[in-house]
Amino acid sequence: MKIMHCPLNGPRNISEFTYGGEVEAHPDPHRCSLAEWTDFVLLENNTRGVVREWWFHAPTAFWFIAERDTVTDEIVRTYPATELFSARMDFPPPPAGDGGKDEP
Amino acid sequence: MPFGLLKYGLSRTYPAKRHFAPAGALKPSYDVVIIGGGGHGLAIAYYLAKYHGVTNVAVIEKGYIGGGNTGRNTAIIRSNYLTPEGVRFYDESVRLFQQLSQELDYNILYSERGHFTLAHTDAALRTMRWRAEVNKHLGVESELVLRDELAKMVPQLDLSEDVRYPILGALYHAPGAIARHDAVAWGYGGAASRLGVDIHQQTTVTGIVAEGGRLTGVVTDRGAIKCGKAVQAVAGDSSVLAAMAGFKLPIRTIPLQACVSQPLKPFLDAIVVSGSLHVYVSQSSRGELVMGGATDPYPLYSTRSSLEFKEGLIAHVLELFPFLAEVKLLRQWAGMADMTPDFSPVMGLTPLENYYVDAGWGTWGFKATPVVGKRMAELIATGEAPDLIAPFRLSRFEEFRLVGEKGAASVGH
Repeated sequence: MKIMHCPLNGPRNISEFTYGGEVEAHPDPHRCSLAEWTDFVLLENNTRGVVREWWFHAPTAFWFIAERDTVTDEIVRTYPATELFSARMDFPPPPAGDGGKDEP
Repeated sequence: MPFGLLKYGLSRTYPAKRHFAPAGALKPSYDVVIIGGGGHGLAIAYYLAKYHGVTNVAVIEKGYIGGGNTGRNTAIIRSNYLTPEGVRFYDESVRLFQQLSQELDYNILYSERGHFTLAHTDAALRTMRWRAEVNKHLGVESELVLRDELAKMVPQLDLSEDVRYPILGALYHAPGAIARHDAVAWGYGGAASRLGVDIHQQTTVTGIVAEGGRLTGVVTDRGAIKCGKAVQAVAGDSSVLAAMAGFKLPIRTIPLQACVSQPLKPFLDAIVVSGSLHVYVSQSSRGELVMGGATDPYPLYSTRSSLEFKEGLIAHVLELFPFLAEVKLLRQWAGMADMTPDFSPVMGLTPLENYYVDAGWGTWGFKATPVVGKRMAELIATGEAPDLIAPFRLSRFEEFRLVGEKGAASVGH
C-alpha cells in the first residue's frame, strides 16, 4: 500500500486520492489565443522528474498540491493550495462585442 | 539433445540463423532515421524499404528490439471500435495482420479466436449495439449476443445472476485474434534488415537538430547523424522526444500493468473483455492466461509493479471465472502507455518540417502495428498524410476535432 500525506487528513492510502494534473498558470479564457487555450486544456508537459501537481482527497473533497517525482514515484512534499494561491482566481468579463473570438 | 547443446556451446561460429545483420558503425547520414525499434518503428522501416524503395534508413533503438511496449502488451488484435475513423483504420490493420506471416515469411502465430466484450448493464448493452451497427456499416463482423447464445459460445463464463455484476450480453467480434507480439517485431525487423535497413540497438537519441524550422539531423550517444527525415515511435517517452523537437503533445505517460498465470491445458478459446470490471483475458498458445486491466491511476515514468493492480484485477477475473481461484500467477510486468485525452493516437506531421510523430498509442498500439507501418511509410515517402491516418493528426487538438474512442479503445479509464 502506498501512503500519501494529506495536508488535511494526514497519512492515507493513495487509493483515496485522485490525480488532478500539473499545476499550470490559468490563462484568461476571454483574452488568450487559441494556441494558449489548447495548451492549457489539452497539451501536457508530461515532465520526467519532480512535478508540482493537483491532488484531491476524495472522501473529504479536499484539493491540495503535491510535489512528486514521476520517475521514482517518490512524493517529495504535500501542502495546502493556499501556499501558492492567496486569492480567488477571477477573470474580467469578455470584452464587449467579442462573440467567440478564436473559436473553431 | 545434450550433444546438440554441447556442439552449440563449443561452436566457433554462431550456429543459429541471425534475425538481423549486425548494423556496425553509424553512417554519417541517412535518408530517414526512425527513432524507436519497437513493432511500429520496424514496420515503418519495412514498408519504406519494401514499397517505397527507401532503403537508406536507420532504426535507432535505446534498448533492444521489441523490448518496450511491443513485448509488454496483451497481444489482442481487433477492429470493433466506435468511431468510423477508428473502425476503418483498425480494420485495415486486422486485414494486414491476417496476411502478415506470409508477407514477412515469418510465423507470427496469428490465432483468430473471437472477441467478446461483456455488458453488465443496460447502458453498456446500448453502447454495444451502437458499436455493432457502426462496425457492420463499415463491413466489420460485429454483433450483439445475449445470455443464451453467450452460454453456448463461451461456456467457461460464470453467467449466474446472483453475482455482483451479472453478465447481460456481449459484443461479439469474430475476427478478434491474438499473435506472438515479439514475433511481429522480429519479423518486421528481419525483413527490413534483409532489405538494407540498419538497425542500431543500444543507441539513444539525445537531441534533434533543426535549422530554420526544418529537421537536419539527430544526435545520439554514438555520434551525430544527418538525415532528410525522421520519425519518432517511442511510446512512453514520446513527450520527452517531442520536447527535443520543440513541440508539446497531449499525452500523459501512465503505466499499464499485466500478468500471466501458470500454463494450463487449452480451455479458453475466446478473448474475453469486460469494460465494467476492467479486465481482459485470453489464453496464449503456451497455455498461460494473459490478463490485463485498466491503466494505473496517475502518471509515472516507471515499469514498477503494484499489489493494488493484482488484487483488483484478480478479484474481477474470479468474478468471470471462479474456478481459477487456485491458479498461480507466473509473472507480472508493466509498460509505459501514452494516454491521450480522446483515446486515439497521434500520427503525422509536426510543427517541425520533415519530422513526423507516431505516438499516443495508450493501450491500443500493438493491434495497429501493420497499418501504422504501411501508412506512416506512405506519409514519409510522399509527404502527404493518407486519408486513413489524417483524422489522427496532431493539429486536431488545436482544431478541437477529437476522435473520441474512450468507450471502445480500452477498459475502465
